[in-house]
Amino acid sequence: MAMKVITPGALTTVQDGGRYGYQSTGIGVGGCMDMDSYRKANYLVGNEKGEAVLEFTLIGGMLELTEETVLALTGADMAPKQNGEPVPMNVPLAFQAGDVLELGMAGTGCRCYLAVAGGIEVPLYLGSRSTNLKCKFGGYQGRALQRGDVLEVGKSGKPYEQLKDRECFTEEYPNTVVVRVIEGPQEEYFTKKGKKTFYKSVYTVSDKSDRMGCRLDGPAVESFDGTDIISDGIAPGSVQVPADGKPIVLLADRQTTGGYAKIASVCSFDIPKLAQCKPGNKVRFQKITLEKAQRIMREAKKDELF
Amino acid sequence: MVAEIRADFHLKQKRKSGQAEGEAGLKRKDEKKTRYLPAGDSALVVEFGNEIDEKLNTKVQQLAAKIIEASRTALLSGVGEVIPTFRSLLVTYDPLRTDFEQLKNRLIKMEEELQEEKKTSRRILKIPCCYGGRYGLDLADLMEYTGLSREEIIERHSSACYRIYMMGFLPGFAYLGGLDRKLEMPRLKTPRVKIPAGAVGIGGNQTGVYPIDSPGGWRLIGGTPVDFYNPEREEPILCKAGEFIRFVPITMDDYYDIRHMILRKEYHVEVEEG
Repeated sequence: MAMKVITPGALTTVQDGGRYGYQSTGIGVGGCMDMDSYRKANYLVGNEKGEAVLEFTLIGGMLELTEETVLALTGADMAPKQNGEPVPMNVPLAFQAGDVLELGMAGTGCRCYLAVAGGIEVPLYLGSRSTNLKCKFGGYQGRALQRGDVLEVGKSGKPYEQLKDRECFTEEYPNTVVVRVIEGPQEEYFTKKGKKTFYKSVYTVSDKSDRMGCRLDGPAVESFDGTDIISDGIAPGSVQVPADGKPIVLLADRQTTGGYAKIASVCSFDIPKLAQCKPGNKVRFQKITLEKAQRIMREAKKDELF
Repeated sequence: MVAEIRADFHLKQKRKSGQAEGEAGLKRKDEKKTRYLPAGDSALVVEFGNEIDEKLNTKVQQLAAKIIEASRTALLSGVGEVIPTFRSLLVTYDPLRTDFEQLKNRLIKMEEELQEEKKTSRRILKIPCCYGGRYGLDLADLMEYTGLSREEIIERHSSACYRIYMMGFLPGFAYLGGLDRKLEMPRLKTPRVKIPAGAVGIGGNQTGVYPIDSPGGWRLIGGTPVDFYNPEREEPILCKAGEFIRFVPITMDDYYDIRHMILRKEYHVEVEEG
């Protein structure tokens, strides 16, 4: 069973839940930018939790299936078509051998996820199938997909008949998002005025944003005396503020360590919102306590799909 | 997003000590006490101080080892990864299995136990380095800048024993401390687009080896045939924080000999315990 790439789209990579256990050596986590959509996609096709999927960015591509299988698309709506006929997002889709899946431009949202029953079969590298573009390893030959690539797909346990009643809630991706943050760990580098700027301003997602970080344009956050720190570890969602005062939220392909002060960290449950922001979208930061954030996580756990 | 290797050791220390008047300075006065800071909802930072110092870094490495050991048993549940850095530790955890306060209290206890630990022997990796030539593109500039001869530079650079304070930035990139102050030279104003893996350079008061082809602004003084990162190797990363590195000068012929041995998987880096 395989999938042929007819057109690859703007930036399409194989990703999974991430490469854990190597951050102390300088190897980052990576993985899907929007973990919510990733989990949903695997659920819809009856996969195990950690299977690899495709992540499309802004502009989707065209793929041909060589055998009968089940697919699902989640995240940004790229107006999917099966052999030219529109098909819905967020449900399992039955595909026959020779069927063509076509994705267009992202309407709302930025990243679309495609799961295939059985998962994308690329070799595991350090425990993960995620593509690390900077280091050129993992995923499909360590790079984004290109025209003519053939992706192997694993064996699936469940036929379409067993999956057809599954569906997932369709997320809205508004042009302005409010993301909740926990202050710190280096908020003391910033003046009262700087913090006020950070929490009161509306920032614009820059077109320089990528899988490493969501770069923001907007009012500069004032610091006491620069934001250089002795390099330390970086948690997902860390909001670092370089010398120009423009915040950068560090996402999946973040460095393991960095030398800029971090004014706050985006809550894990709000990271998908940023992952789905297109350049030009607006972002506001809202401070909540650590206790509240962890309470929200415990509540959310009860609603988890699997 | 091109990330520069930051952390200019002395510069940063100076800046922080001159910060006493600001709010930040006041809060940071009590630097002896370890601080536990939240880094989002699933990680915390254990900060031992705000300077680059061997003693602090030893504590970082010791606590990191202890946490990793304990997290493999029932003694410490919910801990994910530990990233040791110059003067702090980032500890990731699962907030569904533990929480900030609980983990903090456990770590405080572990930190208290650290004091009694004995000094362990140093593990020194001997890294062959071919100075000058095709890899040492900036050696001549360094000679001019420092006023030292080629031999003096090689002698000074290869006689030091460099401590690996931390790993980060790139897979297998070691942040080394202990560069001879006479060898310090600012980074290039315009970074090179591509520096080959194995290049040995000096940037400010740091020296190091590029583990993969990468853009960078360090002054290149030589090259090592040894892979600091090799995805084909069973252990892709050569070294870890807390170990030491000494450069051993070699000729261009040695360089190619060692390179061939590495490709045939017949070469192992010499390690000295001391």
